[in-house]
Amino acid sequence: MPRGTPDAGSTETRTLEAFADTILPGAKRTQEDTAVAGRAHDAGAVEAGALDLLRTSATGVASGLAEFTELLNEHAGRYADQHGIPLEGGLPPFVRLPFEDRTALVTALTSPGHPEKEFWVMLALFCNMAYDSAAHISTPAAIAAGHPGLRAMGFAAPDPDGLLRFKEYSYGRPLARLHPDTTSSGSPA
Amino acid sequence: MNTTEKTDVLVVGSGFGGAITAYHLAAGGARVTVLERGPWLETEELQHDFLLGSSYTRAFDFTVGDGMSVLGGNCVGGGSMVYFAALPRAPRFVFERRGSIGRRMWPSAITREALDPWYDRVAEAMGVRTQDWSDVSYAGGLWGAACDHSGRTANPVPVAIDKDACVNCNWMMAGCRFEAKKSLVFNYLPAAVSHGARIRPLHEVQRLERTDDGGYRVHYDVIDEDDYRITTDSGVIEAKIVVLAAGAGATPVILKRSESDLGTMPHAVGRYFSGNGERLNTAVVNEDRVRDVLGLSRDEERAYEAFQIGKGPCVANWDRLDGSLPEYSRYSLEQLYFPPALGTILAQAPGAPTPSWFGADKKEMLKRWKSWLIVFTMSEDDNEGVFGPPPPTGNAVRLSQQMLGRGPLTYRPTMNTLKGWSQSDSEVKEILEKDGIARVAPWTNDLVGAYTVHPLASCRIGDDPHTSALDDRHELRGHPGIFVTDGSSVPGALTVNPAMTIAALAERAAPGIVDAARARGVDVTYGAPAPDGATSGRGNVLKLAGQKS
Repeated sequence: MPRGTPDAGSTETRTLEAFADTILPGAKRTQEDTAVAGRAHDAGAVEAGALDLLRTSATGVASGLAEFTELLNEHAGRYADQHGIPLEGGLPPFVRLPFEDRTALVTALTSPGHPEKEFWVMLALFCNMAYDSAAHISTPAAIAAGHPGLRAMGFAAPDPDGLLRFKEYSYGRPLARLHPDTTSSGSPA
Repeated sequence: MNTTEKTDVLVVGSGFGGAITAYHLAAGGARVTVLERGPWLETEELQHDFLLGSSYTRAFDFTVGDGMSVLGGNCVGGGSMVYFAALPRAPRFVFERRGSIGRRMWPSAITREALDPWYDRVAEAMGVRTQDWSDVSYAGGLWGAACDHSGRTANPVPVAIDKDACVNCNWMMAGCRFEAKKSLVFNYLPAAVSHGARIRPLHEVQRLERTDDGGYRVHYDVIDEDDYRITTDSGVIEAKIVVLAAGAGATPVILKRSESDLGTMPHAVGRYFSGNGERLNTAVVNEDRVRDVLGLSRDEERAYEAFQIGKGPCVANWDRLDGSLPEYSRYSLEQLYFPPALGTILAQAPGAPTPSWFGADKKEMLKRWKSWLIVFTMSEDDNEGVFGPPPPTGNAVRLSQQMLGRGPLTYRPTMNTLKGWSQSDSEVKEILEKDGIARVAPWTNDLVGAYTVHPLASCRIGDDPHTSALDDRHELRGHPGIFVTDGSSVPGALTVNPAMTIAALAERAAPGIVDAARARGVDVTYGAPAPDGATSGRGNVLKLAGQKS
């Protein structure tokens, strides 16, 4: 199978879903959902399409997802050893970690001074983008389809031509004294 | 047979520094070629869309460095296509700054008074106007009201926006689909083209070398229009004069890459980079308190809930722009809009345990997005940025198809810079948390370092050859015929949005570049009117230009 191809239930999918769920947590999709920790009552980065975005070639990370997965699970295995967390069962090590420990590990990986920080920050950036801007879907289509992130944020829907316009935009009255040294050009003196 | 293409003046980059000089040189009769590494986006191509590959990701670059990340334009029109069109003049004290070198860092020839006639030219050309409170967005009004509530002043900022055409969509970072924002593609660039200038998009200049006759050979790559990681062609143009205006994140990289052919660069090439002292805070406002404390309401139901509505920054607090205050303690606090993704990832959830840029608290913060208010600090940094060895091509190793790259800039903020940021953080908090109006937290610098949308000073003008790469006519020291006119020529942080000052300096540099071209046998004169033919700004500068030459 080519790297980066969606494969529900694979180690790669579950591990990356667990990572995305750590960035912006969501509700479990089913009772058996192991990747999503279930620390929210509504959709998080996973349901918002984090895996779809990560697997978009334009991101530049898609071809490296297999390596990210392997590395993350190695880190998770070491973390579990250090903290005495048992990792029995068939799940990838990162998915086996409780939510708080996933959070602690991601914190360590993205902290200043970590040699791999740049990669984990990029991965987190795209997980965040899946939720707050749906960068894998055209925005008017995402809004029309009720994309969970844009909907939760209240991102306004465009006009039928796909363009956003706000007719009301101002309180329309003076709300502060101007700086006394303002010049006639409207600039500071 | 030698078939190398030749031109009189080769301009690298089509933002303010490139467009303005290209216009004056072309209007004066020179053959001008502009190489722009980004695409040429027509108005119809400008989308309201976050999809990777839309105009939003095609038009600018986000270059991650070590301790500083830089957001800059990457298209014909450069920064003017993605900017928010806020065009204040720099306050008087800025030109007296001493900065990290312990003595005045601006050339003695430049003061606010000396620059005002050039600012006037830009104001005429760009259509800069003052705003009144009826132009101000809800977010700007909220910031103004909060400043007033804490005993401070607040000013609508001067802008180059046609208020009648503006629909307050806040999509300015993807270019303005309604042609309300006055970008260079509506004034200087078409005027330059009408005078014969040729603009070539997707041409990324890599290095310069000297020709036997004292001119320059400019090497460029042609970039794929969709995947900027791919080079489709390369070529060479010879010119008598080169104007470098690739932006403060790229101009010094081109020069450093050229060092093996051109010889040693001045010490200040690729040093003294300033991020304009920029810093961001995000507030999540309490809608009830906005109504009860500030007396603001949009309608019966909503007090604010309007972060998305508007046109970038509308209102700034300038109380700290006071020349009697010590250096590094002066800054402006400007209300700002940043779109999702670039404007959300670094925001920290106010009051949440660290790390607060991700996790459950951050998600709850995102769900309050309509009630956000971003406040932008522009302070006095210490010109700490230094460029390392150039990457193989361009100014960054491109990671994504567009937008995201890794550049060679290192920035370690000094205590001076950190103190200014800390002071401004405290002041924003004091203003917005007063009487429970909002909760505030600064953006984290832990992920991509500090963050600037106004890179400056990496190849700066000055009187001292040891601390400035350019003389006060913007000519590169020791390399006659190479001029630098972009944000890299500005000596240091300006405490306000810098586009107006970059543009005024480029206007000021134009007569000197014309003189240099004439000395190299180019039949060119200085004295063109504004791009639309207006002449009221020309009178005062013609006298100055005459005095200079």
